Amino acid sequence: MADFALPKNSKVLKGIDYPLETDSKNTRKVNVYRWSPDDDENPRIDSYTLDLDKCGPMVLDALIKIKDEIDSSLTFRRSCREGICGSCSMNVDGTNTLSCLKSMDDIKGDINIYPLPHMDIIKDLVPDLSKAYAQLTSIKPWLQSETPAVDGRERRQSPEEREKIDGLWECVLCFSCTASCPSYWWNSDKYLGPAVLLQAYRWIVDSRDENTGERLDALEDPFKLYRCHTIMNCTQTCPKGLNPAKAIGEIKKLQLERQ
Amino acid sequence: MSDYEIIDHEHDVVVVGAGGAGLRATLGMVAGGLKTACVTKVFPTRSHTVAAQGGIGAALNNMGENDSWQFHMYDTVKGSDWLGDQDAIEYMCKNAIPSITELENFGVPFSRTDEGKVYQRPFGGHTLDYGKSMARRACAAADRTGHAILHTLYQQCLKHQAEFFVEYIVLDLLMDENGACKGVIALCMEDGKLHRFRGHQTVLATGGYGRAYFSCTSAHTCTGDGNAMVLRASLPLQDMEFVQFHPTGVYGAGVLITEGSRGEGGYLTNSEGERFMERYAPTAKDLASRDVVSRSMTIEINEGRGVGPNKDHIFMHLEHIDPATLHMRLPGISETAKIFCGVDVTKEPIPVLPTVHYNMGGIPTNYHGEVVTRKGKDQSSVVSGLMAIGEAACVSVHGANRLGTNSLLDIVVFGRAAAQRALKTLEKGSSHSPLSSSVTDKIVSRLDKMRHAAGDTSVGEVRNSMQNIMQKHAAVFRSTSSLTEGVNKIETITKGMDSIVIKDRSLIFNTDLVEALELDNLMQQAIVTIKSAEQRKESRGAHSHEDFPDRDDKNWMKHTVMWLNDKMKTKVDYRDVHQNTLTNEVQSIPPAARVY
Repeated sequence: MADFALPKNSKVLKGIDYPLETDSKNTRKVNVYRWSPDDDENPRIDSYTLDLDKCGPMVLDALIKIKDEIDSSLTFRRSCREGICGSCSMNVDGTNTLSCLKSMDDIKGDINIYPLPHMDIIKDLVPDLSKAYAQLTSIKPWLQSETPAVDGRERRQSPEEREKIDGLWECVLCFSCTASCPSYWWNSDKYLGPAVLLQAYRWIVDSRDENTGERLDALEDPFKLYRCHTIMNCTQTCPKGLNPAKAIGEIKKLQLERQ
Repeated sequence: MSDYEIIDHEHDVVVVGAGGAGLRATLGMVAGGLKTACVTKVFPTRSHTVAAQGGIGAALNNMGENDSWQFHMYDTVKGSDWLGDQDAIEYMCKNAIPSITELENFGVPFSRTDEGKVYQRPFGGHTLDYGKSMARRACAAADRTGHAILHTLYQQCLKHQAEFFVEYIVLDLLMDENGACKGVIALCMEDGKLHRFRGHQTVLATGGYGRAYFSCTSAHTCTGDGNAMVLRASLPLQDMEFVQFHPTGVYGAGVLITEGSRGEGGYLTNSEGERFMERYAPTAKDLASRDVVSRSMTIEINEGRGVGPNKDHIFMHLEHIDPATLHMRLPGISETAKIFCGVDVTKEPIPVLPTVHYNMGGIPTNYHGEVVTRKGKDQSSVVSGLMAIGEAACVSVHGANRLGTNSLLDIVVFGRAAAQRALKTLEKGSSHSPLSSSVTDKIVSRLDKMRHAAGDTSVGEVRNSMQNIMQKHAAVFRSTSSLTEGVNKIETITKGMDSIVIKDRSLIFNTDLVEALELDNLMQQAIVTIKSAEQRKESRGAHSHEDFPDRDDKNWMKHTVMWLNDKMKTKVDYRDVHQNTLTNEVQSIPPAARVY
């Protein structure tokens, strides 16, 4: 019998409220998901009221301000703070994104911050991405080519051939798209998910790669590729403006052409 | 220390860090058959190499300009203000060509010329024919070259099934009683267990320490952990006074706008709309060396010609460039300008300011990547079992000022060199000698003390004070009075480390603790940086001293080396600059006035 209610220990409770202790007209309430693996407590939402005049513009700036000045136990990943390392992906205002690229001005009302959905959580906003990383490895995401360049220099690739991988190689592996995909929520054990399929397509269309057939063979599977039902959440959520749904569609087309 | 479970690992080599240098070294070692552990505090593609934008320098001569590695070497020596070691610079510029060919063969998605070769663009300080005209030498993947290289190196490591330990923060080096390195101890963030990695060679590829400053282009994770481990192992750091300010950090946010944007035709203006770089560098103009451009911008601002309501920054223009070119060559910074300053680069200029970007100083090594220290009269005695590469190292190929594109080059060339050296010197699978337990105990007790810190000052507060002192007192321009004051302030704030508080007592993913450990690391480097700056009484490269405005080759053409003891007291010494070349394929480049 399916269980439609969350188990008791998964219910998210109201947590601690940290009011602003100084006067300010420009305040914002930031509600953050907290969960510690060290005790048996339920997850909770802590609320922090911030003075936006004393905070940087991005959601990550707010998290860092909370950690530095209010509650140093708040746990999240961050590194480059400019949208290129992919560390700080989380669910902000209902959408998966990189918190360093998400301006608080773009959010109306309270700012609600949760970890990436449907991922195992290590602590607070830190998801366990090891499964997604293993799926990436499974598609052999490296150049496969036996033929060396003719003159011992670089392999030649025309600007037109090179353009085919634009919009693919720029992925920062934040897995915002993968964690937004209902199909992945249900079948993450077998379906590769949009981020990994985007990378698969990146190698399929790289003119330098010689194992296109084998790459397509490896994806010819009811689950790995075909669990994509063109829901398009991936493309909508990608904080880098990439289009994983299109890449998946292109792989499906190539599979059809081969038949 | 029974609180902590310690798990033992034995490898031939332990690489600490998984940026470009760490991954290139790991790849070379694994491909050569050495059992290698790559231990990293962030997942490899999160390392800050990923943020490098404009290009990687190599005289591939793809643009048909008769470029040569000898020109590249000349530019690098001149860029270093003659503090770079010419043997190492020769090695780097010569090996640039095979190293970058290898990168393409590994799969790096470089932009292409019409002939299908790797695209190359102009960059600051890179010239043809010994300064006569600007060279197109920066091999680029749009303006995301670091991302392209880092991801490709990670892919190659996956191909070779390299062994990674991800989100493990290394605490310290295991140094035996003879001063040899025997491995490291690391804290696994996911489960809080300690891991002792034994290796016949330990390679520090831990990057720079930009976060010692308030405003930097560096990631939050750039805390120079390896540099600090070296200091705690009673070994010196070299040339730490040389901190590069990148001319074009976004005003306010501090994020980087690549020099490649000036390479593609961008230029700077002051409040009078003047292209002021023409006055400071008549030939290279906006593509002079970074230290020269950052100083010129600072002078313009100080003399009242800054832009904006507070006249405190400078404009960089790209709006005259064809939008199609911007879209193809500079998509990343177009996006960055939009997000971080609301600027549409096709229509309006970007507000910029010189921002801390790179540490020329670091762990002294030879061109094989082996760490060296003074032993008696020998200035370059190799420390057994320890290597350093990349921004953590000071080979020294950058001397007093690094040229743009030479950092990506440095990491791949010396990552590769370290692997070649290890393959030559190590016996695969040889056994590890026993190590006194006191070595481990000392490291664990430092962790335990930090973990239970119960003072009254937050890590954020102490870090903020340190960053502001460094920003104010070890800036683009320095003076005796400012540096003396800065040293006093840093020495005072160091004491604040004794009164910090850690709120998170858990061992699982305790970033409160990790940030405290990183702050401790930063603090040690901040002291060495400002003390090194205080003692250098000349101006050279990135070190501009208002009381000693000229370069003084007679007294100061030497590397600073500085130790720090556990009482936070420094000791200074010097090393000769290698003016000799490595081979007779090129002549030593004699010191000359540095004009662009």
